[in-house]
Amino acid sequence: MSRLTAFPKSAWPVPAAAACALILSGCITINIYFPASAAEKAADRIIDEVWQLRPSGPAAPAPEGKP
Amino acid sequence: MRRLPRAAALVLGMAVAALVPAPPAAAEDLDLGAPGVVRLKAAMADRHGQLKPLYESGAVGLARDGSVVLRDAGILPLSQRQAAGALVAAENADRTALYREIARANGNPAWEQDIRITFGQRWIDRAPAGWWVQAATGAWVRKP
Repeated sequence: MSRLTAFPKSAWPVPAAAACALILSGCITINIYFPASAAEKAADRIIDEVWQLRPSGPAAPAPEGKP
Repeated sequence: MRRLPRAAALVLGMAVAALVPAPPAAAEDLDLGAPGVVRLKAAMADRHGQLKPLYESGAVGLARDGSVVLRDAGILPLSQRQAAGALVAAENADRTALYREIARANGNPAWEQDIRITFGQRWIDRAPAGWWVQAATGAWVRKP
């Protein structure tokens, strides 16, 4: 019980505000951060498959039709 | 009086949680394994066989916003125009859903627009010569 009184009640807003600030800044950071290079890689992987530029196997597309 | 230490622990816990650095998402790949993403990708791959001749003829072009546009229906025979319009509409519905699904599956629905623009740029960059794409000015150009 003696510990409880060690922290004055009037000082509570300080850690509370600090915590709120930290949490809010964390949230904002997470929300505005966009991983551009990861998105580009994701786009390339999707494009490969949709346009069938790279068959699922590692082999290169040898029969590349002549014009 | 017993509530004080609990509250202190809570605040401390929240502060510690906030201090823990966010996972370095930049270094990682986006997750493309969500069922919705896989399904949309497959539908688009299936449709590509029909869209490809339209890209090649220039009837359909790749827009900067990650969509496809029936930019010159006039070069198609009348009988094909309606089907081309339907293909473009279906493709755009899937593309919009794809961008949304990727953002959602990676825990950030707010990324949808960024993903759309990133894809728009990559579709254009990777389009083969001869396809029509939208330049930064908005004008349509044939890729050299």
